[in-house]
Formats: sequence, C-alpha cells, structure tokens
Amino acid sequence: MAEKPRIKLPKEAAKGEIIQIKTLVSHVMESGQRKDAQGKPIPRKIINGFTCELNGKPVFACTLEPAISANPYIQFNARIEEAGTFKFAWTDDDGSVITAEEKIALKA
Amino acid sequence: MQYRYVGLVAAALAAVALGGVCASAQEAERKGIPAPRGHVFKTIISGYEFRTKETRALQDDDLENPGFLAVERAADVWKKAEGNEGKSCMSCHGEAEKSMNGVGAAMPKWDDKLNKPVNLEQRINICRTEKMKAEPWAFRSQPLTDMTAFVRYQSRGMPVSVKTDGPILQWFERGKQIYYTRYGQLDLACESCHERNNGKFMRADFLSQGQTNGFPTYRLRDQRLVPLHERFEGCMFDVRAEPFKPLSDEFLALELYVAWRGIGLPVETPAVRN
Repeated sequence: MAEKPRIKLPKEAAKGEIIQIKTLVSHVMESGQRKDAQGKPIPRKIINGFTCELNGKPVFACTLEPAISANPYIQFNARIEEAGTFKFAWTDDDGSVITAEEKIALKA
Repeated sequence: MQYRYVGLVAAALAAVALGGVCASAQEAERKGIPAPRGHVFKTIISGYEFRTKETRALQDDDLENPGFLAVERAADVWKKAEGNEGKSCMSCHGEAEKSMNGVGAAMPKWDDKLNKPVNLEQRINICRTEKMKAEPWAFRSQPLTDMTAFVRYQSRGMPVSVKTDGPILQWFERGKQIYYTRYGQLDLACESCHERNNGKFMRADFLSQGQTNGFPTYRLRDQRLVPLHERFEGCMFDVRAEPFKPLSDEFLALELYVAWRGIGLPVETPAVRN
C-alpha cells in the first residue's frame, strides 16, 4: 500500500514565522498484542519513527509506539528561516519508508 | 442565623437555575432540521451532534479526517481500467465530481431491470460485472467501501433525498416493519433505542437517532471506514440476534426506511463516529 500521505502546510511564510504542519498517513498500526481467529498472535507492524527535515536540517522527529491507533496523525510547528523543501519520512517496522516532499517559499 | 438560611436558599436557587441552563444548553447544542409532516421525529438530528467535540473536530477538518484516506484511494481507483472491457469508472462517468454529484444522497434507488431497489455498493458492483466485466468487490472489502465513500462524498452537504413512492413503497413498508420489530435475546427493536431513547446516555455514549447520512463512516472503534450494513449487523449482534446478511433484502429495505428517517439531512460522508 504505497499511498500518498496527506500533508497540509502553507505555501509560503514570512521569514521567522512559525507555521503549523499537519500530516496524516495511512497505516494499520498493528500493535502485536492482538490474536487472530485461530488464536495466533498477529505480528506487530507499526510505523516506529517519523522525521521531518527542511533542506536536510532536522525540523521534527518522533518515535511511535504500538499503542498509537491506525492512520497516525502528527501535527507540529516549525519556524521558517529560509525557503526550501520539506522532506517527510515515516519508517515502518519492516524497514520500508513512506516519503513525501512539500515546498515552501518565503513571502516577498 | 436568618442570613445563613437566605444564603442557602439563594445557593439552592442558583443551583436549580444553573442546572436548567446546562440541560437546555446541551439540547440547544444538538442542532437538527425540522422534519416534514407525517415524519416520526419533530427534529431530525445527525449523529454528528451526539458526538464529543473532539470527534466532531476530527470530522470538521478534512485533513485530519482519516476517512479521506479512503476517498483519495478510491479517487485513484476511479481512473484505473479493470476487467475485460478495459474500462474504468471514468470511461463512462467522466469526472466523478460532476457525474456523481447527488447520486449518493438518493440511494437506495429503484432499479427497473432488477425490479428491486439497489444501494450504492450494489450499484458499484453491477457496474463492475456488467459494464467493466470485472470481478465484483466483496462486501466489507476495502476497495468497495472506499469507492462507496468516494461516490457518496460527491454528494457531501446535499440533503438525503430517497424516493419512497411507486414500486419501492413495498420495500419502504418492509423496512419500517423491520425497524419496529424486536429482535434477539435482549428483545430490542431499532426503535427501542434510536426513536424512544435517543439523546440519553447509555453505557459510555449518547444514543443517536440512528441516522445514516454519514455512512460509510470512519469509526474510531474499528479505525477504518465502516459500511452501513456492517453497522446494522453490529447493532443486531449487540442485541444478541442473528443478524441478516449484508446486502440482503432485509437490510436493503431497512436502509431505505432509515434513509427516509433522515430525509433532508446533509450527507456527511466520510463522517467520523465512535
């Protein structure tokens, strides 16, 4: 399921402005605690990490734990000092990474 | 001494007044629409109004609303050709924003060829098998629920407007009969909770009017979109009855009747509920 994550941030911001970034990604976030109909444990499969960078510099990062529900929604703020490209990355337990990019410009 | 009593009385009066304000404020919070004449309710209220402000906030913001993940998935599938005819939904229907506008609000609808009403899930599968020559999607499968939500989303904000006259009337009456029939070991009808006791606090939750304007709806409990017939099944399971099968004639009749009970409510698909 390579689906596009949903990201919302302003297209442009004034220098020094603090903007809000909202992200939502589709994922089952299987905790590993549940059992299937046969009583066998369902293996854990969650997104265990999230990072956001602007022009290669870290903006925000967090670790996700099994208690987080499906389709994790992450919202955070960032101070904008320069125009550039945000890179978002969600790391799955199986090692795969869901990535996305968003551009931001400085207000003239 | 006397002063003290005055104080007490004043406090008691204030408490009564405050209680009154709270109760009416809570009711005033639940905004509904006036029902047409001959309807069972005076005011038709969406399930949205019975949910907490946190749940409502999740629905209010299209980005936060996880139901949109499904809508976006289906928007891609809409354009994807499948089946032996090499057609996609788009080959016949073009842009869903135009062609599907208002379609979901009027379902279930009478089908002359089948001589019975069909709902959105069935209509999508009829298209797949007859027009696209593709495999029908299974009920409860992600693609079918996604597509149902996507098509219904094109009617978001439009009033629910099912037709109940003509040949479909029989089905309407059947649905009504099911609605008022008590089922299961707990001996409850839909009416017992959603008509007689809606608005009351049961277990940890408010009973709603049981409206269907938000379906398929993202249930926080299931962490996915849930189609209407699965919800019907859940209700019947909860009263310890043997549920009808999804997409059965019984649930179809009930879907039609319950849609009428919410006639005029704006479609909220994809809604967010508990």
